[in-house]
Amino acid sequence: MKIVILGCGRVGATLANIMDQAGHKVSVIDYSSDAFQRLHSDFSGETIVGNGVDEDILIRAGIQNADAFAAVTNGDNRNIMASQIAKDIFHVKKVVCRIYDPIRESTYRDLGLETICPTVIGAEMISQALLGKAPAIPTLPEISAGLATEKRSSGREG
Amino acid sequence: MYIIIGGGGDIGYYLTKTLLGQGHEVLLLEKNPVRYQSLSEELGQAVMRGDACEARTLAEVGANRADVVIAVTGEDEDNLVICQMAKRRFNVGRTIARLNNPKHEQIFQKLGIDSTVSPTRTILSLIELELSSANFVPIMTLKRAGLDIIEMRISPDSPVAGKLLRQINLPTNASIALIIRDSQHIFPTAETRILADDEVYALVGRDEEEALRKALGAIS
Repeated sequence: MKIVILGCGRVGATLANIMDQAGHKVSVIDYSSDAFQRLHSDFSGETIVGNGVDEDILIRAGIQNADAFAAVTNGDNRNIMASQIAKDIFHVKKVVCRIYDPIRESTYRDLGLETICPTVIGAEMISQALLGKAPAIPTLPEISAGLATEKRSSGREG
Repeated sequence: MYIIIGGGGDIGYYLTKTLLGQGHEVLLLEKNPVRYQSLSEELGQAVMRGDACEARTLAEVGANRADVVIAVTGEDEDNLVICQMAKRRFNVGRTIARLNNPKHEQIFQKLGIDSTVSPTRTILSLIELELSSANFVPIMTLKRAGLDIIEMRISPDSPVAGKLLRQINLPTNASIALIIRDSQHIFPTAETRILADDEVYALVGRDEEEALRKALGAIS
């Protein structure tokens, strides 16, 4: 799958590394080239420096033939605008948008964006943990190990 | 009218002052505490500290009874979200956004913002006008009506220079709204004569701009 990721912070870089390891074609966009230091040294995808709500930058990242787009910058509004550009202008099939503000998230979910609100998810998980009912979430090494197994069994080269 | 303005930069400040002076009920939202402080010293109750992107803030200022919401922050994504929140959550009838990147015009229109104003595009157009390679300047887009407001200077060799308005074959979806001649404004009628060097302001349907350009003899 060809995946464009906007934002190379902790989440963006982790996501890019995971998807890259899983054998997908990944492009990551960030304002600052320093952010790309978070990527693994063997990251095989593309990195693009620029503003993610600028169509030219998105085109350079290959959005025109992307199968999926994730907006995970620190700015809710930037994520919202970029996701709408990906969805409504470039018709990317799968668009996922991170929005920290729960009210904004519900507004844009109603508007048809696929949204994830870490604020609500995090609070819910922490409250479950406090009550001794923590759900099993795999750690990053476990995710990577899982992907490696998947890759071996599907016979794909890394 | 009740008008909410998001973003207390220079544009937001002068808009607020002007609209207050015209007797409107205006509320300016500014999220930066330092900027808010200096705005409130002059504007008093007309400015409130808050983020216009946030539904809570908009609810607090009664966005549901606002006639217009205008977003003029320095960030296009903030202006988009301010207008969309106002429209979708509070059913505000009319939203106007400032565009910093003129290329965002199309996406804003597609995403339901009623009008956009792009200072960058206007200034670029004016520079082009001064350089006289083009003399047909888009000023503003009225999305809901599908119209553009354009400005054009009539060149001396234009086929319409010296003609009465009724003698000019304008496209169906175009209307000349205003003529500026020697610092005087003229609201034209069918009997108004167009002269060389007139500055003409017209409303025109998006797909008839080219026809209007030809009809008025614009250099393209």
